Amino acid sequence: MTPDLPGTALPADLTDTPTSQGGPHPAYQALLAQDVLGFQACGACGRAVFSPRERCSHCGADALSWRASAGRGTIYSTSVITPRDKPAYAVVLVDLDEGYRMMSRIVDAEAASVRIDDRVEVRFVAAGDEVLPMFTPDGGPR
Amino acid sequence: MNDERQLRGRTAIVGVAESDLGEVGPGVTALDLAAQAAGRALDDAGLTIADVDGLFAHSAFFPMPTVVLGERLGIRPRYSDSTATGGSSFLTHVRHAAAAIEAGMCEVALIVYGSNQRSASGGLVASSQSYIPSYEVPFGARLPVSAYALAAARHMHEFGTTREQLAEVAVAARGWAQLNPVAFEQGDLSIDDVLGSRMVSSPLTVRDCCLVTDGGGAIVLTSAERARDLPQAPVYYLGGAEAQTHMYISQMPDLTTTAAKQSGARAFDLAGLKPSDVDVVQVYDAFTINVLLFLEDLGFCAKGESGDFVSGGGIAPGGHLPVNTNGGGLSYCHPGMYGIFTLIEAARQIRGQAGDRQVPDTHVGLAHGNGGMLSSQVTVLLGDESVL
Repeated sequence: MTPDLPGTALPADLTDTPTSQGGPHPAYQALLAQDVLGFQACGACGRAVFSPRERCSHCGADALSWRASAGRGTIYSTSVITPRDKPAYAVVLVDLDEGYRMMSRIVDAEAASVRIDDRVEVRFVAAGDEVLPMFTPDGGPR
Repeated sequence: MNDERQLRGRTAIVGVAESDLGEVGPGVTALDLAAQAAGRALDDAGLTIADVDGLFAHSAFFPMPTVVLGERLGIRPRYSDSTATGGSSFLTHVRHAAAAIEAGMCEVALIVYGSNQRSASGGLVASSQSYIPSYEVPFGARLPVSAYALAAARHMHEFGTTREQLAEVAVAARGWAQLNPVAFEQGDLSIDDVLGSRMVSSPLTVRDCCLVTDGGGAIVLTSAERARDLPQAPVYYLGGAEAQTHMYISQMPDLTTTAAKQSGARAFDLAGLKPSDVDVVQVYDAFTINVLLFLEDLGFCAKGESGDFVSGGGIAPGGHLPVNTNGGGLSYCHPGMYGIFTLIEAARQIRGQAGDRQVPDTHVGLAHGNGGMLSSQVTVLLGDESVL
């Protein structure tokens, strides 16, 4: 029996789908370029997998497919970095609601105001040739 | 069926040495320091290069470390192991060497490290270059320190650990360093000094972070039979274990519990010992949070209670548990991959050769290495003849 997968199916109108890409990382980048926070889910065990890879690292099955995250999560930990010549910024670990964790950075908020357990939502930020998923506080309950 | 317990007491450390430490100057290479430490360790053991048939090394400065070192030292080993688990590599090498000696694959193992990172670059030299995509670096994380900072922030959140308690670890290390004439930092250090120094990646300041120094170290391990004929009192291998949970910090299952929980439990089981049997503890203190996590995970205090455990000078000279008696990576020496120095100091304490910092009646020492970003954890238990 196929388990229910976390997240949602990829949007039908994507111009560039992961299956047309050469490997897990370019597939992830291609989704980000279309403002989709993609992750993989395992058709055998039903669990979310991140970062992108070839096979499920929970159960070992060759059954990963791409899913779309709602881009909402909770801060698991945070550290403020203060460069000498630039504004301070908060590097965070975010637990996405679909059941995986990623590193990111807080935008559109004071770095020092970021707290563990804060709710956040994704913002797609252009950085050179690629798009990075960063997060901003969503004002929800702490 | 084979049982790893058969390795208990079957091999012993018979030689240990450091190279010149601190800042050696631009003309001395990492290989020079490694070779210097190797020669001194063999002298300490009463052995020569002709006796060595097993060579173990890891380096961020030269590729194929055992092959490069073999040529430099004039050793043609029949057993070679360049296992790379970051700063824990050298503890891994001890376990592998104990097994290889027991299996007859070599008889005298030389384990070597050297780095001139302070003179060469002034900063941490990474274990190796990575050609795979990073899901952390693009966000501006200052690695490795931000990884440890995230663990520290989570530990503070879950258990109420304070920055003052983190600072206690650095202050204790300085207290021990002041008893070690070759320690890099000898000046007085207070909790306020740590809290008031430059913030690198919150909640960790520059004084919560290890030093950047040059230095090398080497260890000679051989069979217990052969050890008894050599000049130094044998420091027996009692048990060792390796564990890992992740490479990158965003993949670590729980930032407040490391794989030291597994490596420690297995090493104690193999050695037939428990934490209360340990007289000196040498753990890789790349950052102050490491010591708190390892004291908990290795079983010296309960999860979440390490802050109280180290408070009031708990692990400083005169405290209730001697930890990092050489001054550690925080105050004595940190040339990039510190693991070998945990073994050297544990052996010296067990031999009773630690000078002003000697802990009386030391029979059992624990050495623990950390590699990557709380990623690889390796525990080795050592002891003198009285615990065989």
